[in-house]
Amino acid sequence: MQQIPWEVMLILLPLAGAMACFLWPRRTLLFGLISALGVGGCVAGLGWRLLEQGAQRYAVGGWGAPLGIDLYADGLSLLMLIITALVGLGVSIYSIGYFERRQAILFWPLWLLLWSALNALFLSADIFNLYVTLELLGLAAVALVALAGGANALTAAMRYLLVNMLASLCYLLGVALLYHNFGSVDIAILAQRVEASPAVWAAMGLMSAGLLLKSALFPLHFWLPPAHASAPAPVSALLSALVVKASFYILLRLWLEIFPQTGAAPGQLLGVLGAAAVLWGGIQALRQTRLKLLIAYSTVAQLGYLFLAFPLGSSFAWKGSLYLLLSHALAKAAMFMAAGNILRFCGHDRIADLDRVAQRLPVTMIAFSVAGVSIVGLPPSGGFIGKWMLLEAALRAGQWWWVIPLILGGLLAAAYIFKVIGYAFTQAGVLRQTNKVPMSMEWAALALALAALLLGLVALWPLSLMEIGLPFGGSEVDAIQRAEQS
Amino acid sequence: MNWDAGLPLLIVATSLFSGLMIFFLSEKHVVARTTLNLGGAVFKLVLVGVMIWGVFHGHHYEARLPLLPGLDLLLRADAESMLFVVLSSGLWLVTTIYAIGYLEGSPHRSRFFGFFSLCVTATVGVALAGNLITFVLFYELLTLSTYPLIVHRETEVARRAGRTYLIYTITGGALLLVGTVWLYSMTGTLEFAHRGFVAGLLDTHRVSLIVVFVLLVAGLGVKAALVPLHGWLPQAMVAPAPVSALLHAVAVVKAGAFGIVRVVDDVYGVEATTKLGVSGPLAALAAVTIIYGSLRALFQDDLKRRLAFSTVSQVSYIVLGIAIIGPIATTGGLVHLVHQGVMKITLFFCAGNLAETLGIHKVSEMNGVGRRMPWTMAAFTIGALGMIGVPPLAGFVTKWYLGVGALDAGQEWVVYILAGSSLLNAGYFLPVLYAVWFKPAPDSWPDERSFGRFETSWALLAPPVVTALLTLAVGLLASAPFSPLQWARFITTLEYMP
Amino acid sequence: MSAVLLYALTGAGLFTLGLYALIIHAHLLRKILAINVMGSGVFLILVALGGRTAGAVPDVVPHAMVITGIVVAVSATALALALVLRVQAATGRAELPEEPLE
Repeated sequence: MQQIPWEVMLILLPLAGAMACFLWPRRTLLFGLISALGVGGCVAGLGWRLLEQGAQRYAVGGWGAPLGIDLYADGLSLLMLIITALVGLGVSIYSIGYFERRQAILFWPLWLLLWSALNALFLSADIFNLYVTLELLGLAAVALVALAGGANALTAAMRYLLVNMLASLCYLLGVALLYHNFGSVDIAILAQRVEASPAVWAAMGLMSAGLLLKSALFPLHFWLPPAHASAPAPVSALLSALVVKASFYILLRLWLEIFPQTGAAPGQLLGVLGAAAVLWGGIQALRQTRLKLLIAYSTVAQLGYLFLAFPLGSSFAWKGSLYLLLSHALAKAAMFMAAGNILRFCGHDRIADLDRVAQRLPVTMIAFSVAGVSIVGLPPSGGFIGKWMLLEAALRAGQWWWVIPLILGGLLAAAYIFKVIGYAFTQAGVLRQTNKVPMSMEWAALALALAALLLGLVALWPLSLMEIGLPFGGSEVDAIQRAEQS
Repeated sequence: MNWDAGLPLLIVATSLFSGLMIFFLSEKHVVARTTLNLGGAVFKLVLVGVMIWGVFHGHHYEARLPLLPGLDLLLRADAESMLFVVLSSGLWLVTTIYAIGYLEGSPHRSRFFGFFSLCVTATVGVALAGNLITFVLFYELLTLSTYPLIVHRETEVARRAGRTYLIYTITGGALLLVGTVWLYSMTGTLEFAHRGFVAGLLDTHRVSLIVVFVLLVAGLGVKAALVPLHGWLPQAMVAPAPVSALLHAVAVVKAGAFGIVRVVDDVYGVEATTKLGVSGPLAALAAVTIIYGSLRALFQDDLKRRLAFSTVSQVSYIVLGIAIIGPIATTGGLVHLVHQGVMKITLFFCAGNLAETLGIHKVSEMNGVGRRMPWTMAAFTIGALGMIGVPPLAGFVTKWYLGVGALDAGQEWVVYILAGSSLLNAGYFLPVLYAVWFKPAPDSWPDERSFGRFETSWALLAPPVVTALLTLAVGLLASAPFSPLQWARFITTLEYMP
Repeated sequence: MSAVLLYALTGAGLFTLGLYALIIHAHLLRKILAINVMGSGVFLILVALGGRTAGAVPDVVPHAMVITGIVVAVSATALALALVLRVQAATGRAELPEEPLE
């Protein structure tokens, strides 16, 4: 029986939607929503097939590697696609109320293009296609940031573009080196051929540097706060939830499959940088007076957590890191949406002047608080599960010192989240002029926040999806646990 | 789902459900909100009654929800949890009635009662938690749901108190979390068991176990207000009186104390606790807290602050009883979990009545108030005498068991602590009682409100009278079947007998 | 020194030169030019390394990559130039401010 090529549809559908939105601006919303729902359906279809048949490789047009383009889907890709679809649907609904018509016809094509690039990136099976998708992603993201207009957003977009181009070139140079040495760009083939050599180290360094720059790992995070804070709220949500994760995803893939595991030094280095990011981002977030900047710095901190799995290297740690990634995506998208609502409502986002927002925008404030629970890592939330897994992996590996950033980061997060919530409980002297916030914007934020919370209660499902195709290798920790329990 | 698994879930869910519903009610829906509040509380109490009956008849109530591979969320009804569940669900009903009367006509009641219900959900969850991770989950939920109650008045003072509370409790929660993960990485299980589950590691992981014990007790000690982790408690006094009653008697400090009971009895087990040499320092810490809290209480003129420091002192009786390690002292500690709750909630209700009815906030304003509010002050007197340890009230039973238990365990010094503490208790309560009953009343009260037939509204008056009667009853009927004391002895038997 | 190595080293040189210029120049147009120089360096390396064995038919895959890369670079440059115009219109300067604007 001919199988439905969900992979290809995941890439082509949003792309076609973007074209349609661009060509028929009057029907933007219609095409946009149809595409969004369609992508959701395709992800479900692909997920269903992966559950039944395991990891899948698909040769586009029947050409196959090395000349053709291969798409590869395993548990890791699937989870990234699912989270993209969830956040994407939330953002799509949110944006209906957020943008006026004039901006909507610009937003939708770019957003669908971004979605297409993300899906393609998570499905790519070779490092050169990853480069192309990364560039597509970057260009769409930059254009989306610029959508806000105004000097702040434009300069932030410009900085973001330059960083993106620089990072992509570093990455491409690494690709060139790998190709020259091993004659292939296919990840699976490279995984078999790569041996430690100076050229590989150089390639690894260049590619990692480019990807770390894009993932905004401390100290390469300088471009992130202005870009994420000055973009329109739905775009901030997309950037923080998904776009920075895409480059992290590539790094994860390369690290797991291609880079030779000789010596612990690079992993330790990434761990140290991650720990520094957690602390620095947390402290900076605490110092901010503007809500969106606070949330943006929180992203810097939260990205740091993801890198704490590198020094540990066990499959349990990788899963914990991925779990944090997923819950952060949902929670941070919800948080930026809530900030967008507050900005719309009050006309500003000065934290100290959030008078009585708790009473006047209750749904938004609940969304912010619930998302905050996951960001801090309190139970029951996805953030807690991820943190628990990392803590456990660190202690099991005997590297107890990684507990310190995990815990201090949580305390800092609690401090900056409750700083906001505390101001929301103030008594206002005067009732200022406020703008109405559409219901859909409030409830979209709440839905994503609740999804982040729910991730803390249904952890077994995502964890079992992570087993498809064993992207993290065998589960040695699970084996230890089984041995201990029996 | 069968009934044995459903009941614990249902008991937790009753208040969760009513709490979530209340959030969606507007301020005007007083009747609907009151119905939900009282209905939830009564229903929960009925279910708890069913559960006691079931446990007594050998039913095994247990609900599991897989959280991570090899790690479940576990709700389980064992003897210890029943003690705490009865306390919290019983006093929740009383406090709800009180709060409805107390907050009549004030703003944001839906928010208040919503979080109030969540708070009780968390407390019952803490009580029914069958393993450490479930305990941690509800313990953190308790932190989150009490914060909005403390800042309820939205004043600058309230927000500062809320901030202090969060700094203490979130840090404590983090320590507890680290201890829990660490323990799990060593043992591979977190399920509470009589005599604990660490015995196999005593020789190989001695230092780690001690560090974990310190982490766990520090994390729990924040809520139990062990010195020097007690700083948040007196500040949290700015909250409305029902919240103070809840924080001090039922929910927060009790969750901490109950957690320490769990750690000593069901995580480490008394044997391992003794072998590791951590019980002595814990007892010493509790003793210091008892004396320190009493000393500070002596010098407070603000009535609620005096009561707050009294709580600091009294809650450590529980910890002391557990840390002495011996069946009789443990019984005393466990039973004080209930006794202190009943007595302290009476005192806070009375303090709230004074503030609401007459505008009295300070001890120095209480002269002669006994004639103006005889019922309230009679309840207050019973609570205060109970705290001092006058027979046959609740506090006497506790102190008796603690003292005898300490002698039994060969730790005479505890008796001196108890005697000193009782003297200090008398020192900060008797002058108040003297002023209330024997000093002449002033011409006018600071801010008097009239409530018609009674000295104050019935919703404010009934709860303290009921809890005062309970204080009498648990002392007088201590040897009746199903009294807190008998239940505590039953638990101790499980813990110490082979 | 073989021709391939010469090309590759030239490419690496261009890459470094471009990186240097990207960092030290403030004007956005220069920055964009610098990145294009870097890009040319990478493409040169790719093409040069394609001819791995002297005399044999060069590997065509890197050529395909370079063409793709050029397309990407052109679009990125176009977007960058458009942004520069907008930045200049909004701030009056074609430079990035040191600190984010308020």
